Amino acid sequence: MLRFIVRRLLVTIPTILVVISITWVLIKLAPGNFYSGEKPLPAAVEKIIREKYGLDKPWYQQYGKTMWSIVRHLDFGTSLRYQGQSVNTIIKRSLPVSAAVGLLAYLLALIVGITVGSIAALKQNSKWDYGSMALAMLGISVPNFVLGPILVLIFSLELYWLPPSRWGGFPSLNLVLPVLTLSAIYMAYIARLTRAGMLEVLRSDYIRTARAKGLSERDVVIRHALRGGLMPVISYTGPALAFLLTGTVVVERIFALPGLGNYFIQASLNRDEPLIIGIVAFIAITLLLMNLLVDIAYAYLDPRVRYQ
Amino acid sequence: MATEKNLKHDELIHIGPEMAVAEADVMPVETGRFVHGTSLWRDAWRRLLKNKLAVVGLVVVVIVTISSIVGPTLIKRIFGFTPDYIPSHDPRLTQSFPPFTGPDGEFSWAHPMGTDNAGRDQLARVLQGGQISLFVGILSTFVSLLIGVSYGAIAGYVGGRVDNVMMRIVDVLYSLPYVIVVIVLLSMFRSQTPRGQLILLFIAIGSVSWLTMARIVRGQVLSLKNQEFVLAARATGVSNTRIIFRHLVPNTLGPLIVYATLTIPQIMLTEAFLSFLGFGVQAPLASWGSLASDGIQNIAIFPWQLIFPGVTMALTLFSLNFLGDGLRDALDPQMRRV
Repeated sequence: MLRFIVRRLLVTIPTILVVISITWVLIKLAPGNFYSGEKPLPAAVEKIIREKYGLDKPWYQQYGKTMWSIVRHLDFGTSLRYQGQSVNTIIKRSLPVSAAVGLLAYLLALIVGITVGSIAALKQNSKWDYGSMALAMLGISVPNFVLGPILVLIFSLELYWLPPSRWGGFPSLNLVLPVLTLSAIYMAYIARLTRAGMLEVLRSDYIRTARAKGLSERDVVIRHALRGGLMPVISYTGPALAFLLTGTVVVERIFALPGLGNYFIQASLNRDEPLIIGIVAFIAITLLLMNLLVDIAYAYLDPRVRYQ
Repeated sequence: MATEKNLKHDELIHIGPEMAVAEADVMPVETGRFVHGTSLWRDAWRRLLKNKLAVVGLVVVVIVTISSIVGPTLIKRIFGFTPDYIPSHDPRLTQSFPPFTGPDGEFSWAHPMGTDNAGRDQLARVLQGGQISLFVGILSTFVSLLIGVSYGAIAGYVGGRVDNVMMRIVDVLYSLPYVIVVIVLLSMFRSQTPRGQLILLFIAIGSVSWLTMARIVRGQVLSLKNQEFVLAARATGVSNTRIIFRHLVPNTLGPLIVYATLTIPQIMLTEAFLSFLGFGVQAPLASWGSLASDGIQNIAIFPWQLIFPGVTMALTLFSLNFLGDGLRDALDPQMRRV
């Protein structure tokens, strides 16, 4: 197990460097420069700017310098647009916002999704089953940028129950709508996965054994069936996290939250090169580490899984 | 099962009617000598038609597709509106009014979905947006099919070290935050023309959505490549390329069709997501994502500007998903039992 973790970590590090390099190359290949605007700059001004940001050096020196400071000090440099703020400070400041929304959304999706999925599986082909699965399909099909504004329209602009946007600190009513919007699609996916997993497990021999030895239905479901039935849900956690990260981009845009995603879009629009690279790298690291955690969790929960 | 469906009529005679009749779906024809096999496809089609939700999905998809294609032209013929038509003479016309309302606030059939900020007919815009959304969805799926099938089939057929390296690459790509990279790509290479941006969008989406396709095809090819018909083909001197594309790939069509149907809504969602953020389709072209993005600006005053494109898109995705699920049940009898 330890060997597996070490080996995976060894693969992870080059992968992150590849992601950073791809981003760097894309930025450098793109026409124009971060300082170029509508009007061309006077040659003298342009020369000073290029010298200041080291753009007069050959590309391999620029690349080497960027990569070295990232590898050596985890230092992504200073933002070009937010004057005097390092990329690391911006990430540190915006991460709690994204993390709060993302984790709450995922928790909500897990709780509701597993409950609904299990009920649907236990009452297969009943109206509960059909109803909840149709609802789940709806959840998969409605894009979050449609769901979010519609929720705002209903709960903020019509009923005046919840604030429509902005960040209001961690436990605040402002979180309700973004979390709901973000979690809808995962709720739906998790409900479907749980249902499929449970249906398969409920037919298996060990459930029959559990029933045969006289366990109550509740014990059979909670102690035996759920453990096996949730395997697909756990393996979905990895991809879900990736989607969650991109989902937060939209949700933060809709609800004007100062999270990582919002900064990322701003940075892309402004061509704030260090900030783009910093956020891409951060997201890649999170994603890869999470995937590793999921694989480890998998091995613990399913004794049949063995990693070499 | 896999070899069964490859049998032609004349081959069935050799097996004899008794054996063929044992298969539930095969029915004897009145002559008694020949047996008439129901093909896999006809069988699947029959199963699909039994699934009401899938049929509804299919009907909705067909309706949305046809009205997206002919709708804008039809509206232009009848009302004279085009998606980018801005009436210039009357200042009252260059503003947003609600569904079924004319510029004077009276009931009117002219704009069943209202108009947008500039007074353009929303129905025409939604239908034109549908054209682009569906176009992007279908074409990008096709691109990803092309790449994914070739990649997966080659990896699976060649096997060994090549397979190992190729699938490792897929694993690594899988773990990348690709939407984030796509956003960087689209924002950095922002094209000056809307058409250029659309092409960029195709390349960006198509080049990252082939991964699952490659895995599916590889798995199928791995299980097929040791069967007799491949051995027979090789024995008669058929080249490797021909074996892969003429003998192996056609046998993976079932799962491929299912997965492709389910990929279209995913790609449409990605396109909408990118357009919503302002990186995808650019004005004067419109897609459901970009229309929703325009609509959200005025949600408090003109909610119909968001609701119509959004609901149309959700309805289409809903139907495509049901159709995909139905196809999976129809083409994959093993899944059907669950």
